[in-house]
Amino acid sequence: MDFLNAIILLLNYLFVPALAYGSQLALGAIFVSLIYGILRFAYFTAGDLMSFGTMFTILFTWYFQSLGISLGFLPTALIAIPFGILITIFYVLLKDKLVFSYYRIKKSPPVMLAMVSIGTMFVTQAIVRIIIGPFDRRFFDGEKFIIKANEFKEMTGLNEGLAIKSTQVITLFVTVIVVSILFWFLNKTKTGKSMRAYSDNEDLALLSGIDPKKVVMITWVIAAILATVGGALYGLDKSFKPFTYFNNMLPIFAAAIVGGIGNPFGAFLGGYVIAFSEILLTYAYKKFFVYLLPESLEPDSLLQLLSTDYKFAVSFSILVIVLLFRPSGIFKGKVL
Amino acid sequence: MRKNLDIIAAYSIMLGLIILVGFLQSWSMALSILCLCLISAVMTIGANIQWGYAGLINFGIMGYTALGGLAAVLVSAPPVEEAWKAGGFNMLLCAFIIFSMIFIIRIITKKFSKSKNRTYIIAGIIIAGLILLRLISAPAIESIEAVNPATTGFLGGMGLPILFSWIVGAFFAGGLAYVIGKIALGLRADYLAIATLLISEIVIAVIKHEDWLSRGVKNVIGLKRPVPYEIDLQGKEWFINLVQKLNQGSLNLITNSLEKQQALKQLVIESSTVFVKLCFAGLFTAVVIILLIITQKALYSPWGRMMRAIRDNDEAANAMGKNVVKQHLLIFVLGSAIVGIAGAMLVTYDGLFTPGSYRPMRYTFLIWVMVIVGGSGNNFGAILGGFAVWFLWIEAAPIALFLINFFTIGLEETNALKVHLIDSIPYFRFLMMGIGLLLIMRYRPKGILPEKIKRV
Repeated sequence: MDFLNAIILLLNYLFVPALAYGSQLALGAIFVSLIYGILRFAYFTAGDLMSFGTMFTILFTWYFQSLGISLGFLPTALIAIPFGILITIFYVLLKDKLVFSYYRIKKSPPVMLAMVSIGTMFVTQAIVRIIIGPFDRRFFDGEKFIIKANEFKEMTGLNEGLAIKSTQVITLFVTVIVVSILFWFLNKTKTGKSMRAYSDNEDLALLSGIDPKKVVMITWVIAAILATVGGALYGLDKSFKPFTYFNNMLPIFAAAIVGGIGNPFGAFLGGYVIAFSEILLTYAYKKFFVYLLPESLEPDSLLQLLSTDYKFAVSFSILVIVLLFRPSGIFKGKVL
Repeated sequence: MRKNLDIIAAYSIMLGLIILVGFLQSWSMALSILCLCLISAVMTIGANIQWGYAGLINFGIMGYTALGGLAAVLVSAPPVEEAWKAGGFNMLLCAFIIFSMIFIIRIITKKFSKSKNRTYIIAGIIIAGLILLRLISAPAIESIEAVNPATTGFLGGMGLPILFSWIVGAFFAGGLAYVIGKIALGLRADYLAIATLLISEIVIAVIKHEDWLSRGVKNVIGLKRPVPYEIDLQGKEWFINLVQKLNQGSLNLITNSLEKQQALKQLVIESSTVFVKLCFAGLFTAVVIILLIITQKALYSPWGRMMRAIRDNDEAANAMGKNVVKQHLLIFVLGSAIVGIAGAMLVTYDGLFTPGSYRPMRYTFLIWVMVIVGGSGNNFGAILGGFAVWFLWIEAAPIALFLINFFTIGLEETNALKVHLIDSIPYFRFLMMGIGLLLIMRYRPKGILPEKIKRV
């Protein structure tokens, strides 16, 4: 019985939240990795693009709510996401036309493009803050929990409850769908294959008649979709605040690099690696051992490896370690 | 003379703008803009050495700035003896353990060839050391933080004059840069950017949450200034006389002696803040000029030429027998040390240390905008960038207000759009920075004052 309690405890506080957070990071990391692989620069606007997409999702959510449209027990934001995606796609394509295409045609070094993406980061951040403001916003509606802790306790008769938020399940569900479509697209369709070819060897791809404009456009479209979906899911699960989104850029980059930058599948797994290590290392294991060990051995300290203040620092340290020992990432990405 | 016409013109315009602020807004405001411009200039000199001379991307400027600030606290804050008694010995022991760990690992890596066993032993030493550190430091930290937590709760500093911290800050930042450089300098440009950005976040996390060292988010206030305090000045005979002399004309217009007294008092209060800021500006200008002379000399020395050669083609430079790795590390350390000085200067100027205020937008990306806009590779350009961008950063709000009022002139005061726009004025500075950076990168990619290479 105690053993079951301990397992449920870990599931509740560790596994489920980490899985949801990891999925949100993974969506971000995939598009950073794609942009790195195909457009060949570090896209520093990543976090702010996510907040841009989320902002429009929120605006549409409010609009639908004012019209009285809702999805019942599901959050209204789910119908707003496609509209948010459309606007974000428009925004990134406009940005590409006005800003990035010039440097691409001139074949500027990647560093230059990274600097330019810092410029667009400032602009995007300004747009988001001017339109919606810098405040914390919650836009979740509908049923909050799928299983409540109390209900679970009654059902199973255990001491520990397992609470599963509906946003966590939605996150997982949407991530699985989006990511499987994406990998099907990249591996099975002609366009996807041409993208991979372009990423692998640009000159050879151009020689074999692949249209670079199309490849670049589709990359941006995918980036916009993933950014909006990832951002909206993060916002539903936690809350929307532009500054948090900007900060999320850092673990996203960490995930992309850990997974081998330029390798979307690696980035997907990298998201979970980062999320799990952040939560595993900052969780206080005291209660877990109270259940498992006999009373005489019970620990009196919190048994926390690092205080939760160092959550971000954990993922960055992992990144540094990975960079030191496997500079191309855990799952081979572009070689340095 | 003609050659440097663009530099002179650009700097005159910049000074003219600051003087204009003095006339239009207030002299105190103009001087505080000038002081922060000078501090930004020190940071851009540091970043420019790394990026402009050697082509190294360092997105960790925030970390070095914060470390410089920490140096200011550790040097100038009065020591908290009680806290030292409570846990000082244990913390010193911890420092000793860390040093001996590093020492032992160095010996092992030197003496034994690479093997699985060696890796296990090193890992074992690190883990054992960490556990030991935790066991020793945990009670000490608790007792240090328990010492009068409302006002101290940390070990305090050494109680020395804060000016020393400018040098100490340079050493702190340089030391950190040495460690980071050893780890990360082998990486390709954009990886290096990301790695330094993330490492600087780790530095901030440590400073923010290790309360025993820096008081963390509880902030350290009331650091001693190197210049007089306003309140002391207001009581000084010579200062009042000086103010009276300077304002003779306007004071003579007032006939009533009581009113005259009142007016003089007001003037003394106003001029005391201006005087203090002038002192700061003088100190900062001295630092900027010294650094400028040194960096200019370095740029046109054989060493500077070698750095440019490494930047433009490191393989060729390597083939000519230049040690690229060593020079990169050196310049990384030097540039970061200069940024560390700026960090200490900033805390000196503010008189307080707030770890929560270190954010990458303000302390990393903004500095980069300064370097790129000003002109990388050219010290005058970088300094000008520091001035121009900081000026715009501060004056963005009034400019935005003016523009909004201008474009919405047809709308009523209570119009929802207008009210919303006016509420979000602070964020227009991001927009201006972004658009400014994009325009400069597109149409003048070498910056306002581009790099000049003397042909020999």
